[in-house]
This record gives sequence, structure tokens and C-alpha cells, in this order.
Amino acid sequence: MSRRAVRGLIALPALGALGALLAWGASGLAPFGHFHGFYGQLLNAIALPQRHTTNTVTAIVFDYRGVDTMGEELILFAAVVGVVLLLRDTGKPTPQDVARDRVGSDALHVFGVLGAAAAILVGVWLAAFGLVTPGGGFQGGVAIASGVVVLFLTAGFRSWRHVATEKALDPLEGAGASAYVALGLAALVSGAPFLHNLLGPGQTGTLFSGGSLSLLNWAVALEVAAANLVLYTEFIEQYVVALVRDRGDE
Amino acid sequence: MIAATLILVALGATAVALCLDPLRQIVLSGIYGLLLVILFVVFQAPDVALSMLAVTTVAYPLIVLAAIRRTRK
Repeated sequence: MSRRAVRGLIALPALGALGALLAWGASGLAPFGHFHGFYGQLLNAIALPQRHTTNTVTAIVFDYRGVDTMGEELILFAAVVGVVLLLRDTGKPTPQDVARDRVGSDALHVFGVLGAAAAILVGVWLAAFGLVTPGGGFQGGVAIASGVVVLFLTAGFRSWRHVATEKALDPLEGAGASAYVALGLAALVSGAPFLHNLLGPGQTGTLFSGGSLSLLNWAVALEVAAANLVLYTEFIEQYVVALVRDRGDE
Repeated sequence: MIAATLILVALGATAVALCLDPLRQIVLSGIYGLLLVILFVVFQAPDVALSMLAVTTVAYPLIVLAAIRRTRK
């Protein structure tokens, strides 16, 4: 029996069992729109009167489970620090490398700037209205960072270097991560529990609905956008170094 | 609508898994990501759809392309 046949024989029962398990699980799900989780229904009922936020998801993320979110934010921070540490000595692009990675097309530049502006605007909107409409700091931060990456893709590494410098990004990332913790500690100092909403629930439907929650939301938006950009910078540097070395070989 | 989107997503995922060339696979995974975006919209999660749009079309291909470029030599 060939190797391939043996692998198939081993894989088939396992795949069949997995498929059966998934089908069994899916058949027991409640139909769409008929969620039966008690916790979810309870939060849906109390989030608007208690926190004045029309987006219950963001109220859960930054208030009812605010400590979990702080952990998530610090995990992202630690992960990015890990990537930067791992790649620290694997070759940084020299000024000559940077000069060689250029995009010539003017049309591409125009579309790139328009695309980047649109994506960044969507990101800021997602973050700003995080407590009113679907969205929030995490989603907004990711969209903002992707908008900035479009600049690299359409204008080359030199333009990227003007926007995304370590000097600017590292303090921003640290500020985003520490602002969340600081808001929690501020509540503690004032005698309330950690992460207590100091500013009150705010007015429903405004950008300030949720009070302190809107500040936490912006802290996360800043942290996520900066962390993603630090990450992209590291990978783009690797790419530019490899690209220039390839060209040197030819 | 839900069934049609789910079938499209399943087809997209299979195509990504069956593709053997990493570069084609990235393009396919981008298309698969866009199918997921439609799925999220159908399931009424527009915020997740918007961030998925940014991740699947820009961030993920960028990181994978850079890694492939760096490791091939």
C-alpha cells in the first residue's frame, strides 16, 4: 500500500467522526434570531438603562467584562513586543535599500492616498461611534492601521517611513495600553472599584454615551492601531531587506 | 440567503485548502475572506465585517507575503 493510501485510511475515519460531531452540534443549535442564553438576554435588557449605550457589545467589552478586555489589550501589547524582540537583529533596511523600493505610477499614488484616507476615516468612525452603532476601539484600530498600510503598498517604503516611525509608534502604543490601566486605577484611587465608571453613564446616542467607557474605547483604538502598525513595520522591513538582496543577486 | 452564503464560504475554504502554490493561496484566501465578510453582514455583524475587510484584504496578505519572500531564499 502506498504512503498516500495509508494516510488516507488514517485520515478518513477521523474526518468522518469530526464531520458527524459538527453535524450533530449544528442540528442542536437554536434557529437564527432565537438566542436562549440567559446572560445575553439579561445584558440586552439592562445595558441601555444602566450604561446609556445603544451598542450592548461595547458595553459588555468595556464595562461588564472590562477587566477581561484589559487582559486582551495587554496580550496584544506583549505579542507585538515579542515580534519586535524576535526580529530585532535580522537586518534593518539601509538608506540605500529604502531609496530603491519606489513605486513610480502617479495614478497608483492618487488611488493609494484616496484609499488610505477612506480606510482611516472608516476606522476613526468605527471607533468614535463604538458605543452608539456597531463597532468599537478594536475594530476601528485595525481599520486605521490597514489604511496606513495602503500608503506603503501604493507609495513605497520611503513614504511609509515618514508616517510610521518607531519614535512615534512606540510611545503611542505604550500610551494606549497604559491609558486603559490608568483609567482603572483612577477609579481605584477615588475609592470606587477598579475600572468603575467615574464620569457617569453620559447621554444616550451621543459620542460621549457610556462616560468613562468612551475613554476606554479610545485608549483601545490607539493601542490597537499603534500595535498593528509596529507589527506591519517589522514585517515590511523584512520584506524590503529580502527584496533588495534578491535584486542584488540578479 | 444564509444557506447560499454558507455554501459559498464552504467552497471558498475548500479551494484555499486544495491550492498548493502559496502565492495563489494568498489570493484565494483573500477571496475567501471577502466571502466571510458577506457572511458576517448576512449574520448582522457589520462591525466584524468591516474589520474583517481590512484584515483579509490588506493586513493578512501583507504579513504572509513578507514571510514568504523572506524565507524562500
